[in-house]
Amino acid sequence: MIPAAFDYTRPTDLGAAVQALADAGEDAKVIAGGQSLMPMLRMRFAAPTMLVDLGGVAELRGVRDDGEALVIGAMTTHDEILRDPLIQQHAPLIAQATATVADRQVRHLGTFGGSLAHADPAGDLPSVATALEATFEIAGAGGRRSVPASEFFVDYLTTVLEPGEVLTSIRVPKLPGWSTHYEKFSRVAQAWALVGVAVAVHRSNGTVADARVALTNMASKPVRARAVEDALSGASATEESLASASAHAADDAEPSSDPWASADYRRHLATVLTRRALHAAGAA
Amino acid sequence: MTRISMTVDGVTYDDDVEPRTLLVHHLRERLGKVGTVVGCDTTNCGSCTVLLGGRGVKSCSVLAVQADGMDVTTVEGLAGADGELHPVQRAFHETHALQCGYCTPGMIMAAVDLLSENPDPTDDEVREGLEGNLCRCTGYQNIVQAVRDAATSMRAGTAATVDAPAQASPAAQTQGVTT
Ligand SMILES: Cc1cc2nc3c(=O)[nH]c(=O)nc-3n(C[C@H](O)[C@H](O)[C@H](O)COP(=O)(O)OP(=O)(O)OC[C@H]3O[C@@H](n4cnc5c(N)ncnc54)[C@H](O)[C@@H]3O)c2cc1C
Ligand code: FES
Ligand code: FES
Repeated sequence: MIPAAFDYTRPTDLGAAVQALADAGEDAKVIAGGQSLMPMLRMRFAAPTMLVDLGGVAELRGVRDDGEALVIGAMTTHDEILRDPLIQQHAPLIAQATATVADRQVRHLGTFGGSLAHADPAGDLPSVATALEATFEIAGAGGRRSVPASEFFVDYLTTVLEPGEVLTSIRVPKLPGWSTHYEKFSRVAQAWALVGVAVAVHRSNGTVADARVALTNMASKPVRARAVEDALSGASATEESLASASAHAADDAEPSSDPWASADYRRHLATVLTRRALHAAGAA
Repeated sequence: MTRISMTVDGVTYDDDVEPRTLLVHHLRERLGKVGTVVGCDTTNCGSCTVLLGGRGVKSCSVLAVQADGMDVTTVEGLAGADGELHPVQRAFHETHALQCGYCTPGMIMAAVDLLSENPDPTDDEVREGLEGNLCRCTGYQNIVQAVRDAATSMRAGTAATVDAPAQASPAAQTQGVTT
């Protein structure tokens, strides 16, 4: 189908983008890679009156080393993430999950920031950003603010972003000495996750000193599996500890049922995938 | 209306377009490039794949205004000036990598994109590289074979010699043709 009519502007700096959004009011929308927005426009699930294209804003693109953290521009494409040496070195979890996102064509255009701002509960990157305890940098007509991942995601396709606000970059702490893994289960190739599990583990002296577990598609937004994290923290790094902790993976989740998986099946998947993810991350 | 300028298959076109015009509609309806087709509303099928700035994209999910100033290659721009087929086109033909042919323009463009990055893909790498393209007819076997054959002939840097049909790829023979 053909989208409903809208006006279009392609500013070349962030100030102009924020201004264009402010001028156009509530019915304006940002377009990043368009890989989630275009299908919604075509099916007329969304009908903004103005699209502000961030594609020309160079300052929103690329990955930079900021000492203890990487700063990832919101407009960095999935494809650029996969090729970025800083990501490979300091945030391999992001590269691993991004490789499972969609297909080549979609990864050429879709962006890291767009995936997070879109906040699809089945999206892989929101739970990854949650496990990495990333910080979201936001700019709007009223100024700038920083929001931790634990507060950024609000509900199904909903974040703290207000109309007129732009996600500019994502700050990802480097986690030296930790190991990470993303485990995704889908029905066929090229499918969204039925359930996904992002883990980060820090081992010391034969124990799991610290563990973070974040779940994809186990609620209307990413959830931390706190019960697993608590059970693991300080536990001996053995297969038995992993198995008994992973049994609690769905304790804090509220998965939904859909034609592809029932809530009970999702709960089961979460426990199995959590154990596999922890194992792959070397927690035992 | 927004004024855009775009080079498509080597020719530069200046046009006024409505911002909501999809690139694929612009290509088909304004520029007459009907080789690129639309198969879905959900960015899933890949039949509309073109190269935008040299990289494969789904032209149903890009606005024509977003392609302003860029270079677009469609399936119609692959063959040589004398009409000689691109190695990927020829391999699809020789390997019988299509039945109804609806997915073919997108498959070919996605394959060209993949081979530009990975000139010698394994079967699995071809399947993964083409995961954004759906074919409802062939079962993919001959498509994978075609892409590998094209890769071989492109690496050799020469046009693949056109063998007699009886010497078509072994895969095509053993799997049989189910049209
Ligand atoms: C066939 C297909 C399969 C896919 N499979 C997967 C998958 O397996 N896993 C997965 O995680 N994703 C998947 N995706 C989604 C893909 O990752 C998209 O790239 C992503 O969801 C959106 O990024 P985008 O840059 O295209 O955003 P857009 O589509 O441009 O925007 C999406 C939304 O976010 C808003 N937005 C975007 N950027 C900003 C910003 N900087 N500031 C404020 N608001 C912003 C827009 O206004 C819009 O509401 C798939 C998509 C397709 C089409
Ligand atoms: S028409 Fe199906 S992906 Fe473009
Ligand atoms: S040949 Fe018919 S869809 Fe592929």
